[in-house]
Amino acid sequence: MKTFPVRGGIHPEYRKELTGELAIERLPLPERLYIPLQQHIGAPAEVLVQAGDLVAKGQVIARRQGNISVHHHASTSGQVVEVTEIPAPHPTGLPQATVVIAPDGQDVWGVLPAPIADPFAASPQAIAERVAESGIVGMGGATFPAAVKLNLGIQYRIETLLLNGAECEPYLTCDDRVMREYTDEVVDGARIMAHALGAARIVIAIEDNKPQALEKITAAAAAFPEITVTPVPVKYPMGSERHLTFAITGRETPARKLTADIGVVVHNVATARAVHQAVRFGRPLVSRVVTVSGQAIAQPKNIEAPIGARVSDLIEFCGGFSQPPERMVQGGPMMGSPLPGLDVPVVKGTSGILALTALEINDRPSDPCIRCGSCVAICACGLTPVEIAARIRHDDLDGAVKLGVMDCVSCGSCSWVCPSHIPLVHYFNYAKGAVNAKARVDQKTERTKTLAEAHNARLERLAAQRAASRKPKAAAAATDEAGA
Amino acid sequence: MYMLTAIGSLTAMGLALGGVLGVAARLLAVEEDPLELELQGLLPGSQCGQCGYVGCSQYAGALARGEAPVTLCTPGGKAVAEQLAKRLGVSVDLSDHVAPVPTYAFINEDLCVGCTRCIKECSVDGIIGANKQMHTVMADNCHGCGKCVEVCPTNAIKMVKIPKTLATWHWPKPQSETLH
Amino acid sequence: MKFPNIQDVSDRSGPFAHTENTVQRTMFTVLLALVPATVLDLYLFGWPAIFLFGVTVGSCVFVEAFSMVLAQRRVIATISDGSAVLTGWLLAMTLPPWAPWWIGLLGAVFAILLAKQPFGGLGQNLFNPAMVARVALLVSFPVAMTAWVAPHPLFTDNAPSFNQAISITFHSDMPDGITAATALGYVKTELSRGIPASQSVYEYGRTINMTSYTPYAVNSAVGYKSGSLGETSAFLILLGGLFLIRRRIITWHIPGMVLGTIFVFATVFNLVNPDRFSPAWFHLISGATFLGAFFIATDYVTSPVSKTGQLIFGFGVGALTWVIRTFAGYPEGMAFAVLLMNSVTPIIDQYTRPRLFGRTRKGDPLPVEGK
Repeated sequence: MKTFPVRGGIHPEYRKELTGELAIERLPLPERLYIPLQQHIGAPAEVLVQAGDLVAKGQVIARRQGNISVHHHASTSGQVVEVTEIPAPHPTGLPQATVVIAPDGQDVWGVLPAPIADPFAASPQAIAERVAESGIVGMGGATFPAAVKLNLGIQYRIETLLLNGAECEPYLTCDDRVMREYTDEVVDGARIMAHALGAARIVIAIEDNKPQALEKITAAAAAFPEITVTPVPVKYPMGSERHLTFAITGRETPARKLTADIGVVVHNVATARAVHQAVRFGRPLVSRVVTVSGQAIAQPKNIEAPIGARVSDLIEFCGGFSQPPERMVQGGPMMGSPLPGLDVPVVKGTSGILALTALEINDRPSDPCIRCGSCVAICACGLTPVEIAARIRHDDLDGAVKLGVMDCVSCGSCSWVCPSHIPLVHYFNYAKGAVNAKARVDQKTERTKTLAEAHNARLERLAAQRAASRKPKAAAAATDEAGA
Repeated sequence: MYMLTAIGSLTAMGLALGGVLGVAARLLAVEEDPLELELQGLLPGSQCGQCGYVGCSQYAGALARGEAPVTLCTPGGKAVAEQLAKRLGVSVDLSDHVAPVPTYAFINEDLCVGCTRCIKECSVDGIIGANKQMHTVMADNCHGCGKCVEVCPTNAIKMVKIPKTLATWHWPKPQSETLH
Repeated sequence: MKFPNIQDVSDRSGPFAHTENTVQRTMFTVLLALVPATVLDLYLFGWPAIFLFGVTVGSCVFVEAFSMVLAQRRVIATISDGSAVLTGWLLAMTLPPWAPWWIGLLGAVFAILLAKQPFGGLGQNLFNPAMVARVALLVSFPVAMTAWVAPHPLFTDNAPSFNQAISITFHSDMPDGITAATALGYVKTELSRGIPASQSVYEYGRTINMTSYTPYAVNSAVGYKSGSLGETSAFLILLGGLFLIRRRIITWHIPGMVLGTIFVFATVFNLVNPDRFSPAWFHLISGATFLGAFFIATDYVTSPVSKTGQLIFGFGVGALTWVIRTFAGYPEGMAFAVLLMNSVTPIIDQYTRPRLFGRTRKGDPLPVEGK
């Protein structure tokens, strides 16, 4: 299938050979599992268990609240030690409500929802409901509740389910391995999702640098005429939802709209596998494949880890560090976030754990911008990073917004390519956060103003009433005086 | 001779242009009052008095007369200061404007005697309670002006920092780069 | 609860991978591309040219270091970015090779103290420092700046000795009757005397100090003609430029457009009136056209950042160069053309921003089809 050329893009060192040929290994059950109540975009789930409770593997331990939220489940059988706040796998390491479970070693599934015997006869709502109950989020790293995206078929006319197997982030091989080792599960999951969406066509897009995955998926999909498997050129950020959609359909998703507006819904391959598990076996999402890599890791691996295992458990399983890492990163090196330490849990969106050396990161102090224009040339979104960063540096957030900073997908290509090593995308991340924070403050100021006006109006009304009730008396007093 | 022509023409031009400017300044002069109202509209309007003026309208007046800096409004924070600066056309360096940590009032229920003074003081009706009954602050409504703290006879009210959470966190501005 | 092993690392967001490229590497690649042409020219013009080259580059580095000291900023880090060396080098390439030492020193002062540092140093200047210096020198010292000489290759009989070179460069003691017009200057003068360009462009080769008559194009190939260092070795400069494109330091947009525009203008007018207008090949190999197109106009700091902008910029430089050479008082026009286009670079940048993904040119979101 012909693909459409995406603007810009970079070719970083991929270093996928560190783990690409290593089969997925299962992590031995750790001593403790730490399952945060918020592992997704949206409202945190409401905890259902307390210290001392016995839980079965797959039992719901936190219930979703509101439309954009997911359940969380016990990743193994055992006992709840406590429900407490521990540091989140987030750059700040801020505390986050977390259920701590002591595994009993049995690791047996509890009572699971009944498998949906024939998913293609089931209603789309039933499929979406099952996905929601199973706690599935977008596993490419965005962690948006998958069920919400499956329900887009109600509101929009979806023509294409685009299964994202691009995996354009350097180092990461978890999707590659899932496609190679669980090929049929991925294909089946994709067909179920397409059914839920009412999409007639499925396109599975895989970057050229994964020939085995391409081959296996193509073979498995051959039986299904609605599936097209498409190699896409190796280029970062090919896996960005909007850009992959463009590469496949040739259509740009309008700004501030969803890909669903042009009839496409994009899901990650690992999400498809999770949907397969949930629908065919009733198994919720309690584990995921994580690539543990980087040159500071003794033996890089692809690990299927239970949700809630600590990063340190995974590192230990990989034989520890071969040298002290300069940076620990969750996710890929381009869009991943730095980890505040090793005592944080693996969550549903953890696609990779990277222990990077200074040599690999190759960061250095910034030089002045020499206006080389590389950032303009490689920006897949058509932004002018050099100008936007200059405005942000001088606190002109309005100017940055006018130049389109809110359209930035934070892919990091501009920071990567900058010969002056200016942290361009950090400026944009800051600006996007600051603009949103300012909107919140404005909202609060507006609310305060409304409340203050209501308060003043009430006081005036009371004063008026008091004056009105006082008037007759005053008038009477005046008459008395006149009479005297 | 050439020199005289040059001096003459420059003087003439200077006088003419200066005259035009002078006339324009008179004719196009703007009344100050609408500005004052507009500035007042930008302020929170809670009359908290933390700026040092009696209320928002007085601060707006001082701003319009150019007597007060735009950075005094604590509840409005950096956002309001920016809007004021924009409206007034003044440049203000807010980069090292230390935003006061946003706070909200918290009533220690053991100490509250139910005097209702704080309720009367609160300009956003953010405290509920009745005479001789314990009072509580609705944290969502509180904008952290701190006036209730001053009137509380038993020191039961404390200003508490609004906790930094994952939901409201965002990347900080990059620290000044090592530019040579 | 305390978590001793947890450390806030929110000071720097990703990416945690960066290109190998640096400012320094870029600058040194450009210098590398200049080396072959420079070596040939220094050989051709001998000791005086070597002295002037050394003085110019040295002065630029010295003045840059001096202004860093004044500004209390880091001296070593700034010098080592290579930009001052490059500015001095490019300036030296555009000076008459036997010009006195103070031309090089003053040029450095103009370039660094006038054109670069007052704007905030590297990356901030509006105008190309080397070209500001060249033009400032040209209008201030027209005689010294047009005292071109024919090549006097080292180790040949007519080459000035070391001691003679010292008196040429440091005592402004130019031997009499040695100056020779550049190609463009020669044709311009001949035109004013009524000799048609169609004739003079072929005769130029005869004017310079060569043992036998060779066509001008051949002279250019071996660098054997009168002019600045960057003018004489046109073909090695072209090779250096192609090397920069291959190493992706520059793209084809600016040089391609500059050369293409000059070619088209010159060809069209030459076809109309070959006696008045020089042919395209003559324009391309004369007046340091290649140096301007590949090394001067492509200066990152003073040219537009977008590809569209670079095409417009290249067109402007090419067109203005041809116009100035053909109609204005100066035979060479590259420096003026580059400076004029530098001044509109911010405007070009503003109007040639790429279209945002998912938006129209105006910046509105694309319409959703079928709605």
